[in-house]
Amino acid sequence: MTYSNKIFRFVMGFIMLLLVLACILPFLLLIASSFTSEVALAQNGYSFIPSDFSLKAYKYIWSVKENIFRAYGMSFLVTGIGTTISVVMTMLFAYPLSRKDLPGRKTLSFIVFFTMLFNGGFVPTYLVYTRIFNITDTIWALIAPYLLMNAFFVIMVRTYINSNVPNEVIEASMIDGSSEIHTLINIVAPLSKPIIGTIALMTSIAYWNNWTNGVYFIQTKRSLYGIQNYLNSILSNIAFLQTHSDPSIKITELPSVSIRMALAVIALLPILIAYPFFQKSFTKGITIGSVKG
Amino acid sequence: MKEKKVKKKKMSFLKKKRYIPLYLMMLPGLIYLIVNNYMPMAGLALAFKKVNYGIGLFKSPWCNLQNFNFLFHTSDAFLIFRNTILYNLTFIILGNLLGIFVAIGLDCIHNKFFKKFSQVIILIPYLLSTVIISYVVFAFLSGNNGFMNMTILPLFGIEPISWYNNAQYWPVILTIVYLWMTIGYSSILYYSTLIGIDKTYYEAATVDGSGIWSQIRYITLPSLRPTITTLVLLSVGRICYSDFGLFYQIPMNSGLLYSTTQTIDTYVYRGLLQLNDIGRSTAGGFLQSVLGFICVLAANAVILKIDKENSLF
Repeated sequence: MTYSNKIFRFVMGFIMLLLVLACILPFLLLIASSFTSEVALAQNGYSFIPSDFSLKAYKYIWSVKENIFRAYGMSFLVTGIGTTISVVMTMLFAYPLSRKDLPGRKTLSFIVFFTMLFNGGFVPTYLVYTRIFNITDTIWALIAPYLLMNAFFVIMVRTYINSNVPNEVIEASMIDGSSEIHTLINIVAPLSKPIIGTIALMTSIAYWNNWTNGVYFIQTKRSLYGIQNYLNSILSNIAFLQTHSDPSIKITELPSVSIRMALAVIALLPILIAYPFFQKSFTKGITIGSVKG
Repeated sequence: MKEKKVKKKKMSFLKKKRYIPLYLMMLPGLIYLIVNNYMPMAGLALAFKKVNYGIGLFKSPWCNLQNFNFLFHTSDAFLIFRNTILYNLTFIILGNLLGIFVAIGLDCIHNKFFKKFSQVIILIPYLLSTVIISYVVFAFLSGNNGFMNMTILPLFGIEPISWYNNAQYWPVILTIVYLWMTIGYSSILYYSTLIGIDKTYYEAATVDGSGIWSQIRYITLPSLRPTITTLVLLSVGRICYSDFGLFYQIPMNSGLLYSTTQTIDTYVYRGLLQLNDIGRSTAGGFLQSVLGFICVLAANAVILKIDKENSLF
């Protein structure tokens, strides 16, 4: 048993309780405000207990549900396509790297590894994607930049294959006349399921939460906005109004406070509902993902 | 003699041929690395060019160090490097201390349900996107009806504060938001090391009559040392980089807050896409990339010295 001192354990337990509250309460504030009437919000501000319960915000959102459904659809689409390509590409790259007999293996490993040490930064990346590949305002703008293949994941998968898929098994399958791609699909991939699951989860969370690609590369085509960018555009309109008070934007056109909060809740809920189901793998992904895997 | 050589060559060619499918498999990934990583690296040369979109990136004329002169003629350069590095130092120190503290806290909880529950809950802020976090922060700090101004400040009899217009509060706000967002992450990392410690050490220490503090000092902290070293040095390696979302989205891109919220990343972004000041942007970005590279190498050299097993390479 760690730390037998009862008082110490009690105090630490109490602090942990406070911390847990600190991590939940702000979201409860968000949820409570979304159920509060606009008048009450203007009078009392955001509060944890709705002084005047109202479903008006959600009714309004339901009336413009097309926008939200479209944004959700985009988020799911981008996450789905991005994660699929990413996992396939990572496996295709990591498996040859794990083969100790592959000529040029060291050079190829270094090519991957060097990207973790040095990078060109935002301006050149932006110019390559927009001036050379013209991805502005296409769906590829949300999929390709930064997220498609993570060098760290490649190295993680390579290490995993090396230590979990015995060389003899691969050799045996080659002797049986199986081609490399079949060996990868039938032998290596099934044995690497745990690591594939982990990188698929981490990649899909990265895609789902990503909003910077939308900010950088979507200029006019707002129909491509996923849920994060949709929320972001609403909030930045309001911020713009608060600091500039531009007469060209009418205050009445902007969603009112409770509606904004209801939108945030709608963006928040699916991931919170799904979280308990993937929480274990998420924790695992974090612990192997940061300290060397 | 000659014949032998030819034969050998043929053999190695045949041998190489076997590997063609493997190389083909790597092709998509390789192309992606070239596009996403290596072409931008070459693009760093733009920092020495006077970029003119009209005549194209390649034909734009060279201008030596002019872009850097522009950057250093304003106070921007000092400001963005100061902010980036000071924020990172604060984050590294407080983030790791808090992470260790909470990891010890998790270790103290006896009740299995509460232990599990708190591990799950403290990761929620880390799981969500910065956009959603910025909504939460806005609910607290909004000038007209935020929770701070309407509920907390009146308790102490303080007048409402216009948070998004006053730069002096933001170092504290951003530090709190950062710690809140990452506390789950760092504490889980430390906790995963803590559960590996043999519990009999603590039992023996208790039998010997040593108190809490000496248990923490002589058992817990020494076993966390490798994790602390790795995490601190990894973040030192990234000391020139900042989380764009935290410094752009949480302060809602408010121009009045630049003096305390502008970092290299937000400066480079704003220069390129909002102010059309590509020269200073490329110069700032170039310095960030090069200094970043030096920091990673330096951090790794230090890890190699202290703790060979945990080095990056």
